[in-house]
Amino acid sequence: MTDSSVTSTAKSARGPESPWRSSLRQLWRNRPAIIGFFVFLVVVAVCLCAPLYAHYVAHENPFTSNIQGTFRLHGRTIHVLQQNTQGTGLGVTPIGPTWDFSHYFLGADNQGRDVFARLLYGGRTSLLIGTSSALICCAVAAVLGVVAGYFGGPIDWVLSRIFDIIWAFPIYLLAISLSVVLLTTGIQFGPIHVGAGSLLVPILIIASIYVPYVARPLRGIVISLREREFIQSAIGSGASDTRILLKEILPNVAPSIIVFLPLMVAFNLLTESALSFLSIGVQPPAASWGTIINDGLGLLYTRPAVAIAPGIMIAITAISLNILGDGARDAFDPKAKLRGSV
Amino acid sequence: MGLFIVRRFVAAVLVMFAISVLVFLIFFATPGVDPAARIAGRSATPQILAQVRHAFGLDRPLPIRYLLMMDHLFIKQDLSSYVNIGDRVVPQILNAAPVTLSLIFGAAVIWLLVGIAGGVVAAANRGKIIDPIITFLGIGAISVPAYWLGEVVLYFTQSKLHSSVFSWAPGSGYVPLTQNPGEWALHLLFPWLTLASLYAGIYARVLRAELVNALNEDYVRTARAKGLSERRILMRHALRCSLITVVTLFGLDVGALVGGAALLTEVVFGLPGVGLLTFNALENLDLPVIMGAVLYGAFFVVLANAVVDIAYAFLDPRVRLV
Repeated sequence: MTDSSVTSTAKSARGPESPWRSSLRQLWRNRPAIIGFFVFLVVVAVCLCAPLYAHYVAHENPFTSNIQGTFRLHGRTIHVLQQNTQGTGLGVTPIGPTWDFSHYFLGADNQGRDVFARLLYGGRTSLLIGTSSALICCAVAAVLGVVAGYFGGPIDWVLSRIFDIIWAFPIYLLAISLSVVLLTTGIQFGPIHVGAGSLLVPILIIASIYVPYVARPLRGIVISLREREFIQSAIGSGASDTRILLKEILPNVAPSIIVFLPLMVAFNLLTESALSFLSIGVQPPAASWGTIINDGLGLLYTRPAVAIAPGIMIAITAISLNILGDGARDAFDPKAKLRGSV
Repeated sequence: MGLFIVRRFVAAVLVMFAISVLVFLIFFATPGVDPAARIAGRSATPQILAQVRHAFGLDRPLPIRYLLMMDHLFIKQDLSSYVNIGDRVVPQILNAAPVTLSLIFGAAVIWLLVGIAGGVVAAANRGKIIDPIITFLGIGAISVPAYWLGEVVLYFTQSKLHSSVFSWAPGSGYVPLTQNPGEWALHLLFPWLTLASLYAGIYARVLRAELVNALNEDYVRTARAKGLSERRILMRHALRCSLITVVTLFGLDVGALVGGAALLTEVVFGLPGVGLLTFNALENLDLPVIMGAVLYGAFFVVLANAVVDIAYAFLDPRVRLV
């Protein structure tokens, strides 16, 4: 940079730059990470436009079946489900991609529903589950990890054993077991009641199974922080636990949480799609990218777009989040490590 | 060291016990879940429900039911399915296990070769164009849903290109190794590649990061000062040290895969392994089979964790003190 001398003098006049500002500046300079961030924002923005697209452009309701439906394309009337001409001539096949943005852009599924509109709606659900479960997971894990690491003793022992058990559990089997049971009954926990078909069921399941994956590294960080001079001096000067936790510990674990967050969103998005694919995640009539891949299974050899398109969306979203997460790690906390990721 | 191993195995047994209790509680004690209603069917009268409860021992207190189930599962080994009455759980799992092990064995060979080669090539070419390309491929591999990749592979090999490039690709299913080794490998080829792609991505990224760290260490500087070639430093010095992390990861991943993480691949390719068995049992809420399969899976995960910890303690004496 040509103006480095100018900025360095300006910096020294203002005193040293805060670590947050310098980390953010480093992240901003990491082009791939910023591109990943904007790709993610674009995916979110496009999916949020789902109702607008369905209502104003496609004029379709992608949640009701449209088996008898017809539409006009290039002056011809076309049936959404077409009589088979090959083989026995029995049965119907939904139309494939028209590549016409306002009419069944990616074709229809076997109930005659617009796949592109469903893809956008499904994206809203998948992103909602991915981000909210990651936020809940990181928040709960931060509280548990910090409490276990800071207070130690019996609290730490109990929490660590709980983490050990969940950690040792085959993670997909745990998610699947919980989903199978809770989808039929809903969640009843004291006064809290969540209905059986609610989106909160997969959100809470996915959030809770990954808590140890975030809480364990955070606990380790807090244990090593506790031995540092500035914490010891705060304890020595009689500061309350609350004050130490909020003013000294939290600012020092926050960078790790920031690093984990985008990686967890990607993780949870993939988990949600796998559960929905096994039809034990998001329940109909709601759609998510995983359920659309499941819808497309029966059409894989005739209308592959139905199953392939949502997977591409999942991959784009997860890749952008992983690149963003890598950049955030380099900028905020180069040593942060999640199990299963790098 | 002996004491450490004993303590580690005692801990592993306790974790297994805790997992079995947890699974039992999930399926038998969640409010609103009634296994008897599942067995008896939708239109069962209260009398029939009571009969079913009694016949399956569901009217006894929870701790007794837990002990009875463990007794049937581990000691008598005659636990049988609720859905297909008469099907024993333990032989079903033992029949399915070779399929899962075949799938994981082949995939592991592929992902180790590809992952280690990718990591070494990326680390050796830092600053050149090939390094970010490998990094991006690694991120792509971990970001693509494995089951979806399996579907895409099926579409191309069974439909789109089946009449041209992939005319040799066999249909889905499984041929035992003892019956025909060639067909065994051919039928498992695409499941192997699908499963391996995810892990190859992870391993290439882990190994590259470890190698880059190792190349900044003092012993590497010493080796450079001695005048060793960059190639020899990378392959003989840095790689050896970095492989410890890979070996640890490998132990945990194989444990997790044998324990059920291969479920999605098995479901997509229709391989009759433990994952598919578990999945079918879950769809029918066939509790004894689920209990058996989950505990079988947990056994491998816990065992892998213990073995990795002991191997670590063997390599690094500081760990033994914890």
